[in-house]
Amino acid sequence: MAEPFLMRALLAGLGLAVVAAPLGCFVVWRRMAYYGETMAQAGLIGIAAGLALSLNLTASVLAVTLAVSVLLVVLSRQQVVPFDTLLGLLAHAALAVGVIAASLVRGPQLDLMAFLFGDIFAITRADLQWIYVGGAVALGALVFVWRPLLALSVHEELAAAEGVATERVKLIFVLVLALVVAIAIKIVGVLLTIAFLIMPAAAARPLSETPEQMALFAAIFGALSVAIGLFLSISFDTPGGPSIVLMLAVFFAVSILPSVLKGRR
Amino acid sequence: MDGPNAPGAPLLQALTGRTPAHHHHDHDDAHDHHDHAAIPRTHDANALISARGLWLARSGRAILQGVDIDIGAGEIVTLIGPNGAGKTTLVRVLLGLERSDRGAMVRKDGLVIGYVPQRFEVDRAIPLTVERFVALGRRAEAEEIERALTEVGAGALGERQLAELSGGELQRVLLARSLVRSPGLLVLDEPVRGVDYVGEAELYTLIGRLRTERGFGVLLVSHDLHVVMAQSDRVICLNRHVCCSGVPQSVAQHPEYARLFGPQAARAFGLYHHQHDHRHDLAGEPHPQAREPRT
Repeated sequence: MAEPFLMRALLAGLGLAVVAAPLGCFVVWRRMAYYGETMAQAGLIGIAAGLALSLNLTASVLAVTLAVSVLLVVLSRQQVVPFDTLLGLLAHAALAVGVIAASLVRGPQLDLMAFLFGDIFAITRADLQWIYVGGAVALGALVFVWRPLLALSVHEELAAAEGVATERVKLIFVLVLALVVAIAIKIVGVLLTIAFLIMPAAAARPLSETPEQMALFAAIFGALSVAIGLFLSISFDTPGGPSIVLMLAVFFAVSILPSVLKGRR
Repeated sequence: MDGPNAPGAPLLQALTGRTPAHHHHDHDDAHDHHDHAAIPRTHDANALISARGLWLARSGRAILQGVDIDIGAGEIVTLIGPNGAGKTTLVRVLLGLERSDRGAMVRKDGLVIGYVPQRFEVDRAIPLTVERFVALGRRAEAEEIERALTEVGAGALGERQLAELSGGELQRVLLARSLVRSPGLLVLDEPVRGVDYVGEAELYTLIGRLRTERGFGVLLVSHDLHVVMAQSDRVICLNRHVCCSGVPQSVAQHPEYARLFGPQAARAFGLYHHQHDHRHDLAGEPHPQAREPRT
């Protein structure tokens, strides 16, 4: 069991689970699931650019996720096209550009699957450094803005009237989101990254009484899914990232069931 | 202009009952041509908030047209006006949520504002106890939060989920969140939406009592003068500009008020006023003919 590649996969997955849990809660609370999805899919352009220019892939993905959030701010100034349409449009345009660019760079032998769904068993020591250093920065920033970000997620106008610098806090949040998405893409790929953010948080919601509890339960669900998912992946030779996401879906299904039966809450 | 803005004046007027409401219809001209005329444009140095000549236009519509407003310490000022009169916009400017295109505003140094917004939809996606919600207003000790909740009659709600509260309970909790900030000024924008008539009267009585105990100033936005009149020191009637202002009785009898709200409202107000002694007996009675349709 203690194969180095497996240890690295486990460390990567657990590190990501801890960072993704509180961030994912805010993605759920702020209704930004599709926003994160758009960022992640655009990450493929970053991968293609990184491959073409021989850059660090996480760094080039980060550059693209940041560029996409700026682009979204600019595009949302018009009101003729609704924001969710804009997100859908941008996500798929980015995916198309990314796939085309990646195959132009590498030719037909490119393993696109590894970028779309991640390759957790190919995590290197350098990747682990990105995950832990980047993750610590993201987590620190999130703890720093926790209170004002929570206040404005509950009621933005009330928070602003009480003196929260809403625009600055929202900017920090988007930067943290871009950073974590860039880190996660290497592990779970552009198509599963957002699942890793929102699924643990969603599974934690029915069990939680406070925001902090929800973040904690999300971290536990995330970590358990990583451990069980990797075990299943090794045992049955299934792909790593999808196996983890499948476990997250199982946790969510079990957690939400009583609320569905009761009809509310 | 000088009368109602001077601190203490509303009380004096209320006692003598003689001062008519002041009429401010010439604001536009005053702003455009007499900007340097000293008389109406100086800020009230004693006020918590003092604004002069606020102008604000959105999409080519002038929403605020030269509004002057002062709120003094310990004073309850009620802002009334028909729908679309710019009441909420004025509140947003005073809170600093929106910038006026022209005009000036002065806040007392270190003024802490407590705010109860007009709409508050509880987001069930965020698990939040009442205590935790109140603590978002200010980093406060558990006892302070409990005290604020008790003050508004919501002492038993602390551990409940915000999403489980009724409309009236939620209003009290919102009020507790503003109180925990120890505000110098409390701003309430139509705080009774979705609350029944008895709850509405109770809430205003509570605000009046808290003002006496804590001594903060209050800016209250209302669609409906007669329910708030007993608690108001001064009423400002807004329809993009200040139509009239003064003690509640004088505003209610002012022709501008009758013009804005219709003679029916003015008559109903008179009736209500006449039976003022029996206010508590009547608190539960609906006054359908006096209420503006809510849209």
